[in-house]
Formats: sequence, structure tokens, C-alpha cells
Amino acid sequence: MLSAARRLGGAQASAMLGAALLALALPFVLRALGLDFYQSLASRIVVYAIAATSLNLVLGYGGLVSFGHAAFVGLGAYTTGILIAEGLQSGTLHLAATLVVTAAFALVIGGISLRTRGVYFIMITLAFAQMLFYFANSVKGYGGDEGLNVRARSLFSLGGWLLDLKNPLALYYVALAVLAVSLMALARFVPSRFGRAMLAIRDDDVRAEAIGFATYRYKLVMFVVAGMLGGVAGALSVNLQGYVSPNVLHWTQSGTLMVMVILGGVATVWGGLMGAAVLLLLQEVLGSHTEHGEFWTGWVLLAVVLFARRGLVGLMLGRPSKGAA
Amino acid sequence: MKSPTVAAAVAALLAGWLGVLPAHAADKVKVGFVSTLSGPSSALGVDIRDGFLLAVKLNGGKLGNLPAEVLVSDDQFKPDVAKQLFEKNIKRDKVDFMTGVVFSNIMLAALPEALDAGTIYISPNAAPSSMAGKDCNPLFFAVSWPNDAYHEAAGQYANTRDLKSVYLVAPNYQAGKDSLAGFKRTFKGQVVGENYTKLGQLDYAAELAEIRAARPQAVYIFLPGGMGINFIKQYVGAGLGKDTTLLLPGFSADQDVINPVGAAMAGLFNTAHWSPDFTNLANVKFVAEFQKEYKRVPTLYASQGYDAALLIDAAVRDTKGKLEDQAAVKKALKAARFESVRGPFKFNTNQYPIQNYYVRTIGNDGKGGLVNKSFNEPILKNHGDAYVQSCAMKG
Amino acid sequence: MSGLLLLEQALNGLQFGLMLFLLAAGLTLVFGVMDMINLAHGSLYMVGAFLAAWLVALTGSFVLGAIGAVILTALFGMALEMVLLRTLYARDHLSQVLATYALILILNEGVKMIFGNDLPLSAPAALAGPVELLPGLMYPAYRLLILGVGLAIALLLWLLVQKTRLGALVRAGASNRTMATAMGTNITRLFTLVFGVGAALCAVAGALLGPLLAVQVGMGENILILAFVVIVIGGIGSIRGALVGALLVGAIDTLGRTVLQHVLREFLPPQWASAAGPAFASVAVYVFMAAVLALKPQGLFPARG
Repeated sequence: MLSAARRLGGAQASAMLGAALLALALPFVLRALGLDFYQSLASRIVVYAIAATSLNLVLGYGGLVSFGHAAFVGLGAYTTGILIAEGLQSGTLHLAATLVVTAAFALVIGGISLRTRGVYFIMITLAFAQMLFYFANSVKGYGGDEGLNVRARSLFSLGGWLLDLKNPLALYYVALAVLAVSLMALARFVPSRFGRAMLAIRDDDVRAEAIGFATYRYKLVMFVVAGMLGGVAGALSVNLQGYVSPNVLHWTQSGTLMVMVILGGVATVWGGLMGAAVLLLLQEVLGSHTEHGEFWTGWVLLAVVLFARRGLVGLMLGRPSKGAA
Repeated sequence: MKSPTVAAAVAALLAGWLGVLPAHAADKVKVGFVSTLSGPSSALGVDIRDGFLLAVKLNGGKLGNLPAEVLVSDDQFKPDVAKQLFEKNIKRDKVDFMTGVVFSNIMLAALPEALDAGTIYISPNAAPSSMAGKDCNPLFFAVSWPNDAYHEAAGQYANTRDLKSVYLVAPNYQAGKDSLAGFKRTFKGQVVGENYTKLGQLDYAAELAEIRAARPQAVYIFLPGGMGINFIKQYVGAGLGKDTTLLLPGFSADQDVINPVGAAMAGLFNTAHWSPDFTNLANVKFVAEFQKEYKRVPTLYASQGYDAALLIDAAVRDTKGKLEDQAAVKKALKAARFESVRGPFKFNTNQYPIQNYYVRTIGNDGKGGLVNKSFNEPILKNHGDAYVQSCAMKG
Repeated sequence: MSGLLLLEQALNGLQFGLMLFLLAAGLTLVFGVMDMINLAHGSLYMVGAFLAAWLVALTGSFVLGAIGAVILTALFGMALEMVLLRTLYARDHLSQVLATYALILILNEGVKMIFGNDLPLSAPAALAGPVELLPGLMYPAYRLLILGVGLAIALLLWLLVQKTRLGALVRAGASNRTMATAMGTNITRLFTLVFGVGAALCAVAGALLGPLLAVQVGMGENILILAFVVIVIGGIGSIRGALVGALLVGAIDTLGRTVLQHVLREFLPPQWASAAGPAFASVAVYVFMAAVLALKPQGLFPARG
């Protein structure tokens, strides 16, 4: 993190540090201000940030416009939700199961979809997500379209200590830790050998193939990793909400994640977090002042598309960020 | 450098946030009202809200002897939205009671927010079998009727009409399942078809074709709100009304359905716990005031909203406004010492009502329109529910 | 399942397919000719339905209201194209996704602010009853109207695209835009016109389906994705593909729903069968699309030469 900070220069480094400190201190600040109702909003932003960052990995850096990313978030949510409903509360089990399930599905979905290109890739990924959506609707045993309520949460035991994600603070810090790790990993990935290869593939995969990269394999790895991270976000979301329904898998959810990524800044490390935070805060603030909050949200998004081509992070950085072409 | 602009924007957002906070004052009753106020089935939520607010207004803006603040919000027929609204009312606004939800699936998703926080929930409509039986909870009070009840009454009525074969349709969710289970519990004839449609579905072409092929003597549906309106219109459009009797529970034959469907509803029989023509004093006042205030005939949903407010009013009054003593509040709620518009009201041990159910028919209101008229003799008397035995609360 | 039941369900499937075609036709033209992903296409369908409901209530006549809605929506669509969407043609697909997604939000709330969350719309009273097509088969008259209008428009569009100069320009534009511009077509005006026609088709579908479904905010989102599936199956830019694709999707969805439910009911409790039947029918549509893409990656009737 420090090396990344050094690379970015003084003003941005202190902004990053400030953000990190605020994030760590947030629960206590909220409680001091009597605003602890907003703790769940903060946690929701962090969880969406993880999901959006996972999409940014495959969309921004991979150049793969996956319109079915909600499938992986949903898979993580349902895997964890079903395990809890069956009485299995171990957090490590949930994590392991989530990673295995999402990796398996990502291998299959990616394996098939990556053989297509352009708009057909978009439609195939969408199709797979919709298939899972309808499947979730049909399984009445786990709620079907009514959704699944889970009263308990994931439990982690760390050497004698019990971490129950029912505790809002525990959930927040665990999610924050996951986000921090993801962002750090992403920051290290971009300038790495694999990252540079990925960018070459994204910009012109015919040329990359000609040079000798196994483009299909690289893309598949990205797809699977992104899917697994999305699944973790899903597992955290079911812990946050205590509820999962097929709507998590609907294409409009994939759309929302995409909007967050594009809004925040495609192919930027902070894009996912930025987009998630701004979109959710906008909805919250506008929603409490007016019944028609979505109207103004729409205009803001439109403005960003028309005038801030590289998203909000691009706007902040003022020049093309490293790694974006 | 652009980041100061963004930082300023974030600061502005935070400021906007903080400006939204209401100050919580003591010495008043705060009620969080979350209901479906938009979409094809919004008429139900709107009526419950209007009935509830009318009761508060007629009481001088008070519940018990304390000024009442009712925070109304729209769940948009979405369980996740309802959950967030519940959380907002309970954690931010610190309400004393939650109420309002129309649909069982939405209520079951949002209810844990109230139960986990120890807030009392008064249901003016949804009353699923799970909460009557194994999941019963001292914080949950149903002021309407157990989900199965109207359907048990209808099944019994079908028996008295000597109907031998029936085709059943309901939406595929908890209340839908409860409804047809209720009908089958009392009905003695043969069920020739049982079709669960998607909740919120509006095009019934496929289902109507199936019904036609099955050739039943009667069709019984549970399709509240917009679903019922569309089904009945399409049922008539498909020409099924001629050979098949259509039996309805009260919700699919109340004013909110009669008005859009129109003349096709005349003469249809339905079952309910309440009818606008009940002659007890509380009801006469309610119907007159409702028509004066809102210029329309109240539905049974409005009567339930009204009764919910009266129940809370009685509890606050009986505990002399000491809402912090929740045990006393719950005891006062259970005693239910209020004049309900349906007549005598009492709670079962599982905090679901024990009451009469009547048959109604749709007839002329004397002004060129249609309205429900009830038969005096109840089809089910002092009827509770089939799940009370599995409830751990024993009075 | 009896023959009459199957026939009635087939008619339902045809009706659904034809309405889907109206939406898909506009979408495939916009995507094919202008290479733009327009997520707000479903919102035009919603606007058309709301305008129809409003005008029908205003004029008291279903026909007048519907025609008025079609004209107004076409004008609205063209205005939208000229003011906003034109700037998106040169941008990448992602920006188009974000911009048109923003447009969905704006239109949804805008309609809510002007008209409220929903408006009632009833079929004309003359068509409220059934028609006896065959002894024992009564079919709602209103749905027959939908079938009639759908088929008529399909025919009209085919004539327009295949037999008129305008149609030839559209086909050229869909097939190879640069070449078409080089050959002297006024591309800007063509695009606006194509968009207007697409919007008009959406309005027809909205006005016709309004009495069957509900005219409510957000009604476009459900049907939008199915329209995209149809044009991918049919081939982007091809009207013929849109028709065939829509009819196939309509058939798979409706028949799958009913036949599957019958089969599942033999060994599943009714609640499960009722849920699984439609779900698997929907899945079948997507599986079909994946199969088409695997065998014919450009769709069944690719427009791009």
C-alpha cells in the first residue's frame, strides 16, 4: 500500500490515507454522532465495493463485458444462506464452499462464454445469469421467489475467540478487511507480468495471440478469480441482510454493478469502491429528501457518461491513471 | 487538481444526510407504517393506510392519550425494500410499534428486523400459518384474520351449495399455499386442479385454458389486488363465466375489485369477516366517516387498518401511556379492549383473532353501483385457526 | 393434454411472440443500423403504454388513444435521438450501457412524476367477451385483435424493408454502415427515422398489452431482456430474424410452461410443479439461445453480409 502511495504522489497518498483512517474509525464516529442506523449502509457500501471491484477486474482490466456477474454474487449468497439454513454456521465452511461453488460455475460459464466475442459474449453471460435466476425461482424448498430468510450468521473461531457476523461491527471490519486485501492485490496485480499481459490482451487480443500469449487461458483465469471474489461479496451480503432472494441474480443487479464500475472508473483500482460509495450514497441522500431520488441519480449518471469519460476516479486523477490505455 | 471538488461533494452528501435526522421526543406514540403503496396492488396498502390514519384523525390525532406520529413509507411490493424501511423506522426513528404490510412474503422478510430489535408488530393484514403455529412470537399480533380463514369459510360455503368439483388457483407464496390448504380443509368435494401462479402475474391466458380443459363445476381463486382484477376480467373474456361458478374470498370481491371489473361481478358470492353493511355502532361510524373523508366505500383492508389503530389506541390508553413497560403494553394488546368494526373481537392464545366469518354477495347499492351485502348467519362461528396447537404461547 | 387445450395454448404463444416481435423489431434495427445498445428501449414501451392509457381515458376511445400514443411516442423517440442518443453512436458499448441505464431511471421516475405509478387501461368493451373459433374453443376477442394487429404489422414491416427504397437504405445501413454513408445516404436522418419507427412499434405493443398486463412504472425491464434474446437468436439487424426469433421464443415459453407443468405435476407437489414449470420454460429459452449461438454465432438470419 505504501509503495502504491509513493507511486501516486503526495496529495493522492494523503487522500488515500485519510480514506483508510475514516473507514477504520467510521463505526465509532457514527455511534458518537448517534447515527448508528447508518452502520448497515456503510457495510452495504463495503460489500458492494467488493462486488464492483471484482467486476472491474474482469471488465476493466480484462476487457470482458460480463453482463452476468450478479450470478457469482448470488451464488455466494445462496451457498452461504443455504448452509446457514441447514444449521451449518461455520464461517470457514461458508468461505470454502463459496469459493469452490463460484470457481466451478465460473469455470463452466467462462469456459463456454469466452469462446464468443463482442455482444455475443455479453448475451451469453447474461443468459447464464438468467438461467440461475430462474432456477433459484423454482427451488421452493429454499424459498423460491419468496426468498430465504436466515436468522443466524457465519461464525468464525480464531484461536478461542468467536467472531459472529451477526454483530454489525464484526461484519463491517471483516468486509473492510476483504476489501482492503482485494484492493491491495489489485494494485500489485496491475503492474505485474500477468497484469501487463492481461492489458495487452484486452487492448488487442489478436495481436497478443500472435505474440504468443495463451489469451483464452489468461481470460479464463481472470474470469474465475473475479467470480470467486464476487461470491465472497455475496456471502458477506447474506450475512448483512439476513435474507437472499432470486433478485440478487437478476440482470438489473448485474447492470447496477456495471454502473458502479463505469461510474467509479473502469480499469482503476479504486473505481469499484468509488462507484459503489457514490451510487449508494446518492440513492440514500436523494431518497430521503425526495420520493423521486432515482430521477436525479439518473441525471448524475448521464452527466458522468457525457462529461467524465474515465469515471469519477479518472476525474480525480486528472490524467490517465497507470494501467488504463 | 480535482479531488477537492470531489471531497466537497462528499462533504455535502454527508451534510445532506445529517439534515435528515428527526429529533426523538418522548411523550408521543411513534408508529412505523410500511405498506404497498404503488403498483397494481397498491389499492390494498392505500386502504389500510387510509383506515389507520382515519382512526387517528377521529381520535384527535392521538393514540391513547398521547399525540401520534405515523411514519408512512412504500415497500413497492419488494421484500428487500420493506426490510430497509423497517430497519430505518426501528433504528433511526425509534418507533414504538411497526405495522402496515399487506403481503405475507414481504412481511416475513421484514419481520425479523422488528422481532430481533424487540419492537411490537401489529399486522393489519398478513397473518401466515407459520406465525400462528410454530413460529408464534409474543411481539406479533394479527388484527385481521388467520390467512386460512376466509378460505375455510369458502370451502364450507361450497359444501352448502353442494358443489362437487372445484379448480383452485392461488399465487405461489406462503399466503397462497395457506389459502388453498384452508379451502381443502373444509371442502368435501373433489379438487380437479390446483394451480399456483407467479406472485404478481397479470396474464392468465395459460391458466384459463387449463381450467376450460378441466371442466370443473366451480373455480375458487385467491388472487388479491391487481391479480384478481385481471383474472376476473380475463375469465369473463374467455367465456368461462357461463358454465362455471366463480367462488371468491372477500379480498377478490371487495370494492377495489368491483370498481375496475364492473358489472361482471354482480351476483358473485364471497366470504369475509366484515362487510360494509354491518350494523354495529363502530362500523356505522367508520363507514360513514370513511365515505365522507375519502369519497369511496371502504374495503375490508380499510376496516383492518382502522381496527389496528383502535387496538393500539386501546393498549396505549390501558397502560396510561407508559410505553417503556413493554410487558404491560403486550398484556393490554392481548386484552384487546376496543370496539371493533367487525363486532366482538378477541385474541386466541397465539395472538390471532377468534371471530365469525360471513358469506357476502355483490348487489346493487341503490345508486347505480355495486356493493357487498352480507348474510346475517355466519358460515363459521367463533372460528380460530388450525395451527394454534403448535404455538408455544399458552395464554 | 387435449388437442383443444394445446391449440388454445398455441394461440397464446403466438400472441406473446407477436408482441415480443414488435419490441424486438425496433431493437434490432437500432442495434443493427446504429450499433447502439439501447437499454431504454423497454422504457419507450412503458411510455407508449402510459400515453395510451392517458389518451384513452381522455378521449374515451381505445382506437384514438392507441393511435395517439403511437404518434406521440414516435415523436418522443425521435426527439430523444436527436437531443441525446446521437452523441452516443461514436462511444463504446459500455458508455452506451451506462447512458441508457441512466435514461431508464430518468424515464421511470419522470413517468411516475407526471402520471403516477400506474394507470388503468381496459380493453374496448366490444371486445370484452369470447369468440367461438371452433366448437368447444372459445378464445378472447381482444387477444384475437392482438394477433391480427401483430400479423398486420409484421406484414407491413416486411413490405417496408423488402420492397421500399427506405427499406433498402435501412438494410444497407445494417449490413455495412460505412459503405452506405459512402454511397450518399443521409445517415443522420435515416437514424432518426429508424429510431422513431422503433419507438412507434414499442408504443403499439404497450397500448395492446396494457389491458392484459398492467400499465405501471418499470414494466419495460421485464420484457427488455427477452427482446435482446430474440434479436440475438434472430440475428442483429434482421427484421425477418426478429420475427422468427420472437415466434420461437413465444412458442418455447408458453408451450414449455404448460406442457412442463403437466409433466411435473405427476411427481411433484403442486406448489413445486407450478414454480418449476415456468422456471424451466424460461431456462429453455436461454438454453435455446446458447444453442443457436453455438451453431450459428451470427444468429439465424444475420444481416451483416
